[in-house]
Amino acid sequence: MSHLQLCLAFSSVLFAVGLTGALARSNSILVLLGLELMLTAAIMNFIAFWRFGPSHAPATGVIFAVFAIAVAAAETAVGLALVISVYRHQRNIRLPEANRLRG
Amino acid sequence: MNAMVDALWLIPALPLLAAGMGALTPRRGRRFAAGVAIAAMAGALVLSCLALRSALAAPSAHLFHNFRWFDLGNGVVELGWLLDPLSALMCVMVSLVGLLIFIFSLGYMEADENFARFFCFMSLFAAAMLGVVVANSLLLLFISWELVGLASYLLIGFWFHKPEAAAAAKKAFITTRIGDIGFLLGLVWLYDATGSLLLYDGGSGVLEAGVLGNLGTLTLASGLAVSTAISLLIFCGAAGKSGQFPLHVWLPDAMEGPTPVSALIHAATMVAAGVFLIARVFPLVSYDQVLTADPVHALTVVAFIGAITALLGAAIAVAQSDLKRVLAFSTISQLGYMMLALGVGSWVAAIFHLLTHAFFKALLFLAAGSVIHAAHHEQDIRRLGGLGRQMRTTYATFAVGMMALAGVPFLFSGFWSKEAILHAASEWGVSRLPLYAGLAAVVLTAFYMTRLLCEVFWGSPRSPEAAQAHENRGVITVPLVILAIGSVALGFLGTPAWPWLQSKLTGEAVPPHSLLEGGGLMMLSIVLVATGIGAGWALYGRRVRASADAADPFAAAAPGLFSFLGARMKLDELYAATLGRMNTFGAAFSDFLDRWVWGGAVGFLALLGEFTGSVNTEVDESGLNAGFNSFSERIRRLGRAYSGAQSGEAQGYLRTVAIAFVVLALLVLLGGSR
Amino acid sequence: MNAVLVIIALVTVGAAVVAMSGRNLLHSVLLLTVSWAGVAAFYLWAGAEFVAFAQLLVYVGAISMAVLFAVLLTRRSRDDVAAPPASRSRGIYAILSGAAVAAVLLAAVSLAPLSSAPTPPPSVTVRQLGDQLMGPHAASLLVIAALLTVALIGAVVLAAGGSPGNPEDEP
Repeated sequence: MSHLQLCLAFSSVLFAVGLTGALARSNSILVLLGLELMLTAAIMNFIAFWRFGPSHAPATGVIFAVFAIAVAAAETAVGLALVISVYRHQRNIRLPEANRLRG
Repeated sequence: MNAMVDALWLIPALPLLAAGMGALTPRRGRRFAAGVAIAAMAGALVLSCLALRSALAAPSAHLFHNFRWFDLGNGVVELGWLLDPLSALMCVMVSLVGLLIFIFSLGYMEADENFARFFCFMSLFAAAMLGVVVANSLLLLFISWELVGLASYLLIGFWFHKPEAAAAAKKAFITTRIGDIGFLLGLVWLYDATGSLLLYDGGSGVLEAGVLGNLGTLTLASGLAVSTAISLLIFCGAAGKSGQFPLHVWLPDAMEGPTPVSALIHAATMVAAGVFLIARVFPLVSYDQVLTADPVHALTVVAFIGAITALLGAAIAVAQSDLKRVLAFSTISQLGYMMLALGVGSWVAAIFHLLTHAFFKALLFLAAGSVIHAAHHEQDIRRLGGLGRQMRTTYATFAVGMMALAGVPFLFSGFWSKEAILHAASEWGVSRLPLYAGLAAVVLTAFYMTRLLCEVFWGSPRSPEAAQAHENRGVITVPLVILAIGSVALGFLGTPAWPWLQSKLTGEAVPPHSLLEGGGLMMLSIVLVATGIGAGWALYGRRVRASADAADPFAAAAPGLFSFLGARMKLDELYAATLGRMNTFGAAFSDFLDRWVWGGAVGFLALLGEFTGSVNTEVDESGLNAGFNSFSERIRRLGRAYSGAQSGEAQGYLRTVAIAFVVLALLVLLGGSR
Repeated sequence: MNAVLVIIALVTVGAAVVAMSGRNLLHSVLLLTVSWAGVAAFYLWAGAEFVAFAQLLVYVGAISMAVLFAVLLTRRSRDDVAAPPASRSRGIYAILSGAAVAAVLLAAVSLAPLSSAPTPPPSVTVRQLGDQLMGPHAASLLVIAALLTVALIGAVVLAAGGSPGNPEDEP
């Protein structure tokens, strides 16, 4: 197993853990944290390929990763604001209870 | 002169304007309506006199003014008016007599509350009659003819709340209508044959030589000339309007109208319109005299019908007991004389008699009106009497009129005009029958007029109404005097010694003959008049009837004949039994057809439509709608099923995405491109 | 095989697993912060120092703070930080899904024809990064800036919640 494959395997497992957590827990904040893990794993892929893959534009990988981190931060902020807003209505942050947009 | 022709339309237009203004006047505007009507008639009279003056300046010319009314395909419909001695004389007569009768009506109708409406209708009638007289186009003449009929209907039925008056108006209109159908057919045929309805049109008019020559060449399959057929059809209209047998039945009933109406319409003017019409189109009607192959000459028919009417009218008048009915049948008889004159070829004599008759018949009717007005509308002569002493002016003028009508010689106009007719009849080559009929009618005329005079004015009053009668005011008596003067004076215009009228009407100079021209015939008629008057005096004058219920001397002598004549020879009953029944049957048959045949067909179609409609609805409801509804229902259910997948749980969605991603990745790994 | 990498991986994944299955919310958040620090260590191992520091600054520094704030703002009482575990069925489904995804990804990784030749680490100076950011990637930078601004405003609006002092909003 090459370095690249190892790194990729690492990020895949982290992604799967994040997914499991997001699916398993009913606390909204934990679900958000699971989503963060998934995002982090995806960004790790970029760095893995930057380090071990053929690099034509060395700076691009880094820049992309930085941008992705910024986006993740923004997304987290908005998500947490949503959670607070939902809490104001429900008085708890149990995700399965926030199912009013049902058909 | 041309200016006069161009302005000729004003003569009928003035009374028409008065009628229009009268129609808009409310009931209380009586003086305005009457004033306007009388002013219009006076204006028409003035213009007629001016027209007469210019017409007499060139008596043989027929001055006309035509104008285009509208285009009809290739043809042009023209109207126009005509100025010649005939139309000018008629205008003067109509407007003068009309004016006098209007003035009379001021007094006669003053108690009536529909005063304004009366004058409006009278003006309308005068306008229409003057329109008939001045028309140069047969179409314009026909239009005015119909308007005259309308005015007559309105005036006969003036007291429309009386059922007899309404029925009489209807009878008059329908009977004259039957004649008018023939007239219209004749006009249409004429237009088809000649392409024009104008009488004089500078060479292309219907009465002018060129057109008549072309018309004369046309014949029908039976050998009858087309001009004869057209003339007979036009004569149908004249017979209806002028009360010739068999269309005379409306005239006696028309006496239901007010007496001025009877005077104007049914004595002087409207009934004369038929005579005037035949005289106007005389070149056309007489054309077939030159066609030897023609089986029937139109004028022969006219002469015989005139003769029959003259005799019939006089005979029935002998047995009537209503004042106005006697005069009505007398009018029928005199109109028969006029038609007789036309038939034997002397239209000049007919017009002469028309003019004199207008004056003395109007006088007689107005005098009768004076009597009726004074006797509180008592019209039965058996219940009158002694009025000679109580109403002197009326008596005197009635006597003048009676003598003119009877034909008392030399002094009175009726003698000269009747003489002219009898003279012409004696010179007719076809038959002597009209002459004999005319002579017989002379006796009868003198007889019944004497009877009338004796019954009404001699003796003593036989009823309270007659007893209290006194002479009327000037507004009623003055027109009587004027008309009496006319009844005398007019005769001198046509004596054989000075044939002024004859020469002016024909446009040729007629040489004057001796006063006793045709001496034998004149002697005979004088003797007949004397016989009639003598017989009348003997039966009614010598011993005047004592009471209203006493038997009529004639009735005592020949009761069967008297009652037959009194019942107007039962002609009305005959018509009712035959034509009336036929009409009723036709109406019932039409009703049956309409109800069951046409109505059934329509109902069947309606049922068909209803059935189609219901089938359509059914298909629409259960077919289209149901199909559409079930289809929509299915989609709705599908939608609902899909929406069930929306659980609202975010984690559920995430799980679905993860599984889908796994599936996709497997597909890529195992199947797709590497 | 580099032992450092393996250790880093084990720490990161382990912390993440415990965080995700924890019963205490605060513990989960803190453990996840450890996990993020582990990721930063990975970046350092890979030679992307800038990204590592960015990771530490943003994730460990800011995001964990934000999450802690959210946790503190959404509890009914001081001790209400319990995050009960999921029901049995939910947990089973989650684990199965996660396992399936992991399997697929690992299969893809192992089957992909990736070159295993050792490559020298690419060197990117901060200066080069700066030039790249201001040059070819300037547009993206501006977009990210706008995005962050919008996210900031949106988050504030959402969290503040409508017009303040509206009496009908009071529970």
